[in-house]
Amino acid sequence: MAESETTVSLLSKEGALQPSESAEEFLPYFERLTEDDYRQFFTDMSVIRAFDVEATNLQRQGQLALWPPSIGQEGAQVGSARATRAQDHIFPAYREHAVAMIRGVDVLGIIELLRGHTHGGWNPAETNFHLYTLVIGSQTLHATGYAMGVNLDGACGTGNPDTDTAVLVYFGDGATSQGDVSEAFVFAASYQTPQVFFLQNNHWAISVPVSTQSRVPLYQRSRGFGVPSTQVDGNDVFASYAVTAKYLDDARSGRGPGFIEALTYRIGAHTTSDDPTKYRNSDDLAYWIERDPIARLEAYLRGLGADDAFFAGVREEATDFAADIRRRTLTLTSPSVDKMFDSVYSEPHPVLAEQKEWLERYEATYADPAAGGN
Amino acid sequence: MADLTTMPMAKALNAGLRKAMQDDRKVMLMGEDIGALGGVFRITEGLQAEFGRTRVLDTPLAESGIIGSAIGLAMRGYRPICEIQFDGFIYPGFDQITSQLAKMTNRHEGQVQMPVVIRVPYGGHIGAIEHHQESPEAYFAHTAGLRLVSPSTPNDAYWMIQEAVRSNDPVMFFEPKSRYWPKGEVDLAASAAPLHASRVVRSGTEVTVLAHGAMVSVLLQAAEVAAAEGTSIEVIDLRSLSPIDYGPILESVHKTGRLVVAQEAPGFVSIASEIAATVTERAFYSLQAPVLRVSGFDAPFPPAKLETLYLPDADRILDAVDRSLAY
Ligand SMILES: Cc1ncc(C[n+]2csc(CCOP(=O)(O)OP(=O)(O)O)c2C)c(N)n1
Ligand SMILES: [Mg+2]
Repeated sequence: MAESETTVSLLSKEGALQPSESAEEFLPYFERLTEDDYRQFFTDMSVIRAFDVEATNLQRQGQLALWPPSIGQEGAQVGSARATRAQDHIFPAYREHAVAMIRGVDVLGIIELLRGHTHGGWNPAETNFHLYTLVIGSQTLHATGYAMGVNLDGACGTGNPDTDTAVLVYFGDGATSQGDVSEAFVFAASYQTPQVFFLQNNHWAISVPVSTQSRVPLYQRSRGFGVPSTQVDGNDVFASYAVTAKYLDDARSGRGPGFIEALTYRIGAHTTSDDPTKYRNSDDLAYWIERDPIARLEAYLRGLGADDAFFAGVREEATDFAADIRRRTLTLTSPSVDKMFDSVYSEPHPVLAEQKEWLERYEATYADPAAGGN
Repeated sequence: MADLTTMPMAKALNAGLRKAMQDDRKVMLMGEDIGALGGVFRITEGLQAEFGRTRVLDTPLAESGIIGSAIGLAMRGYRPICEIQFDGFIYPGFDQITSQLAKMTNRHEGQVQMPVVIRVPYGGHIGAIEHHQESPEAYFAHTAGLRLVSPSTPNDAYWMIQEAVRSNDPVMFFEPKSRYWPKGEVDLAASAAPLHASRVVRSGTEVTVLAHGAMVSVLLQAAEVAAAEGTSIEVIDLRSLSPIDYGPILESVHKTGRLVVAQEAPGFVSIASEIAATVTERAFYSLQAPVLRVSGFDAPFPPAKLETLYLPDADRILDAVDRSLAY
């Protein structure tokens, strides 16, 4: 499942700009980036990695129920997220922490979700970044339906870059086996939705290797459904940006759906509950660590003249970000019982009203020793 | 002669599965991450190494695929045991379970049998995120053609999984995941009760309380507290959710005249509702009080920090016992 000559790449693993032949049609999208953009990408990736490390520590210290790290996948996430426009809508799976941050979500919301305070964590209307979906693959159909709505509203293909809208949906290599994902391709093709399917092939679905999900490279999957596709080196943030930018442009212009497979690797465990030593060897890991998206961009930036002061500044920003998350996590207070009963329906509901009242009365008998509780 | 050993339910299930695979080479395991990893709860640990990749399948990530292909394997003479990773992830397989698996024997007028077991780790008390703590058993109990069981002890787990595998009908095997790790005695020589039998696990005289799965241990806790306060509670472990074995339940109710049914699942249209209705129909003149239900609320399973408010605990059971006694 490693890259081939069809895989689009721009930055070599040593950090040299060496576009693959297959990158040609995407080069114009790369070329519109400035050195400031490169630095922004570097900062994004560094900050979210520090966030991931801090969240993992918080879980180890009993502050979170679970943590799914995105370490190693920052190139695919930052490149694709930076290619979106404000009006685009994003449907994540549950590991897209960098995408959330770039869209302006307060990522403390992700912490609250995994601390067991909420099933949501943010309001998608504020950032067009929808809630995490934990049931594998389901969100691909939601994205397709949303994109059908964009079509019905005439909100794509008008030529107005400020309003033409695309929908971007993230999912994993394991998810490609779910019926929902195939159905999403069918609907997307049928209704020519303004939509980009973005697969992060991190090579694992918990302990199951991608070879169990597919005998052919996954980017080929969508073609039989009539959805054009490209495989990209997901640890190359430039290539991830350029390919996503082109696909989003096509979607916004009314040219229908597309599918991107970003080759990357889950450097960490599936979640903090997982033990990868049970099922994978360290050779693979070493291969992918050599292709780290952050180290690669650092080498490139140094070649352009970025100095130690710049990198020290980024490190400081990342450390501060993580420290702020830790500080705010420790001040979170437990959710109130309202969370359990309110918003189950959009209007007051007699059964839930009665049960909530019962629970409040019942709890009160325990709070008040005179009432006879213990 | 009893052959006693002590182990947690997780190990008892592992031993039961191993035994089932040794006894019948048509028995096979299918599921997500059940091979090298041994399942996320390690129930199948070591079984792929022992029985090989053709009998222990790490499947692609698709529940409909797992159940649907198990149906085909059963038609071909195999006896698949499917693992669903968590309660809340069973629904992509819902059509295959309820419209296909459950009805296959009936559609074939008995000419085809469906010896498929679906193992479902279920229930709360583990502080996990959304979809990982649900109790979906009522959806399946509502469907004719499925048998449903749920062990509450390591010993039952060891024996019931083997009996489920021997059943020629589909069996939904609900494993109370919060009970995977506490140890209990397992008798490797003989089963304690048939697969579909309910059982009195603590005898008492004043109130009968009944539950399945993890809730049974909560009832035993409540009974202990009540005993200290001078109330004698009889505890019944339902074990089988479909069919329900009413014999021991009715016998107990004839004696105590009072019944409290507890469950983690929401109360609306639930196993407890069914039992309350049936006991009222069949033991009306023995009842001194209405049958009371103690359930999860009719709301989605809440974020983990609220789970202790959602899940009935011993105090909520005792509150219902008091209300029953007050009639
Ligand atoms: C329908 C469903 N089945 C099973 C699971 C349990 N589960 C959680 S993550 C996961 C693996 C997902 O792999 P992939 O799609 O590659 O995403 P990744 O975790 O690698 O980002 C599984 C099986 C689930 N969440 N939903
Ligand atoms: Mg994956």
